[in-house]
Amino acid sequence: MQPRLSLLTQDLIERIVDEAYQLLLKPGIKVQNEEARKLLLDAGAQVDEETMVVRIPAQIAKAALKTVPRTFQLFDYDGNPTVEYGGDKVQFDPGSSGISVLDPDTLEQKTAETADLIRLLKVAEQLPQYDAQSTAVVCHDVPKEIHDLYRLYLVLLHSKKPIVTGAFSNKTVQFMIDMLAIMSGGADNLRTKPRAVFDVCPSPPLIWSSFGSGNLMVLARAGVPAEIVSMPLAGAAAPVTLLGAVTQHAAECLAGITIHQLAHAGSPIVWGGAPAIFDMRKGGTPMGAVETAMIDSSYAQVGKYLNVPTHAYMGATDSKRLDMQAGIESGITAMIGALSGINMISGSGMLDFLLCHSAEKLVIDAEGVAMAQRMLQGMKIHTETLATGFYEGVNFKGGDFLKQRITMQLFQKEQNMPSAIIDRDSMRGWKAGGSLDTFDRAKIRVKELLASYRRPELDPAQVSQLHAFVLNLAKQAGAESLPLIEDFEPA
Amino acid sequence: MSEELLKEMAQSIIDGDSDISAELAKKSIELKMHPLDAITNGFVVGVTYIGDQFGKGDAFLPELVMAGEAMKAAIAVLEPELLKLGETREMLGRVVLATVEGDIHEIGKTLVGTMLSASGFEVIDLGVDQSAEKIIGKALEVNANLIGMSALLTTTMVRQREVIEELDKEGLRPRIKVMVGGAPITKDWVDKIKADGYSEDAIGAVKVAKELLGKSDQ
Repeated sequence: MQPRLSLLTQDLIERIVDEAYQLLLKPGIKVQNEEARKLLLDAGAQVDEETMVVRIPAQIAKAALKTVPRTFQLFDYDGNPTVEYGGDKVQFDPGSSGISVLDPDTLEQKTAETADLIRLLKVAEQLPQYDAQSTAVVCHDVPKEIHDLYRLYLVLLHSKKPIVTGAFSNKTVQFMIDMLAIMSGGADNLRTKPRAVFDVCPSPPLIWSSFGSGNLMVLARAGVPAEIVSMPLAGAAAPVTLLGAVTQHAAECLAGITIHQLAHAGSPIVWGGAPAIFDMRKGGTPMGAVETAMIDSSYAQVGKYLNVPTHAYMGATDSKRLDMQAGIESGITAMIGALSGINMISGSGMLDFLLCHSAEKLVIDAEGVAMAQRMLQGMKIHTETLATGFYEGVNFKGGDFLKQRITMQLFQKEQNMPSAIIDRDSMRGWKAGGSLDTFDRAKIRVKELLASYRRPELDPAQVSQLHAFVLNLAKQAGAESLPLIEDFEPA
Repeated sequence: MSEELLKEMAQSIIDGDSDISAELAKKSIELKMHPLDAITNGFVVGVTYIGDQFGKGDAFLPELVMAGEAMKAAIAVLEPELLKLGETREMLGRVVLATVEGDIHEIGKTLVGTMLSASGFEVIDLGVDQSAEKIIGKALEVNANLIGMSALLTTTMVRQREVIEELDKEGLRPRIKVMVGGAPITKDWVDKIKADGYSEDAIGAVKVAKELLGKSDQ
């Protein structure tokens, strides 16, 4: 039985949903996209064109919820369904859209560039704990007009996994869909076997920007899954109470789903977010705070109640180094996310309020993810008797159980086998191995993974089409060429 | 009597109570206390106290913001009195604040505005999504000596540079100093775009603003 964490009672969930519907009417939702307002108006909402505030009656949102698919899958490059949204399935992917990376040698944050994203992709590609890749960092060595799509380009060249991504403008979201279509063998294939999900963000409190709602509509029509990333900041851009923040999250998601389903009923969409409490000392948005994780866990429960697939930003830290704070925050929040049955948990690898990424943290976090996944398997009943059948021939001696065939058969089913990141050596062995701490061990593991990485075999025709497409956009943005990529010579 | 009143004024700021601070400001007018005396020896004492407590980690942002609001309420009552006397409050500087074009994240910027105005700066807050043209236009219109710009997104922080380049082109620096802020802003970025200063938080921003305008001792 999959263990479950439930912070909300049924009664409380119903109150949250009820108040969220009330918020849709009063104060309403500010929708800054004319076309989205038109869709809502035609569906029966009240629209004030001057203030852009839309009052959405509950029945419109409820009708939209009815057409949302309860489950959908993401497919890898080879067309296998390797990620499933819906139900209590729990999967992890690295955090997205960092702006810097932690240099493992200088411990300084450096502005991310092409080589840094590729390094992260190579590592994440080989870690089975990450079910999907993400467009992890923004590469600052290309023009900003192509920042979003260039990340996707690098992922498509270096990975076969499904992708969690997002666009930075209404114009580029279509380009990114086109790029995915190239690698999927056409827009229809992409629709039937989506490779990627796109994060789309409302702006707290209760605003759907022109860009956000515009992207929802484009994605709905393309049949490419959208993932709402609502981020109430409890105490600043949302009520200070955790329950208040969860309710605002619900209202923002319900409004987003309504716009999305009105644009194209039946398109897949996810009840996701990156909320946080607002830190009252520094004004930051701590992703590692337990209250942040409590908001995540609770809104996921609300999403499940409404039968919408779920996502959250967890498993990250606000620490600037890979230290104990990083370990505590990343591990605890990943575990809370897993126990909450959240379908896609993004955030691994990230530090410093989701600003900074680290390949070394990715390999450490993978161990935390493995622990969480083991926890989710719960207590397993492998044998007819729980214990009594094990004692034949046991002579009150420790070690007797090691000789049992069943020990050999079952130990790997009971125990998660960590990589060398986790130290379980004796003091003598640890010293003989160089007295390495977690960070030292992570650096070694990253080096190993970088050495063992091979670029996936992709259809050369697709690759050259993709390259030409991106190069053309780069040139339009004023670049003469794209940064060189090791072992890659575009045709 | 006036000693007592000044103490109550400071306390109203510390309590973040706008009703009481405005009330006390009115009372000081009735008692013919000089408005500058009320501000400097009454209300500002409260702001300084809260600022210090915040710096020590004993006060928090909601208290800081509410103190700023209470200060604003008191000043709103006292300012017209000052004008009647033909006097003005000597401000530390005039600051135009804005969140850059394409960006709508303004929590941090608003906090900076609250702290600057509570600390004796005149603040003109343009709000969010402001183009270089609007920011510079406003700064010239009000004869500002400092522009403060925030950006939360990596995609919009580049706009900070545009404002600075435009100012340079017009030859408006160093007459107008520029400070920047926002989550993605780093020292490297500040150096790269040649801003005059930046701060990680609102209290730090007050210090930077004072330094830039040569008012560090106030």
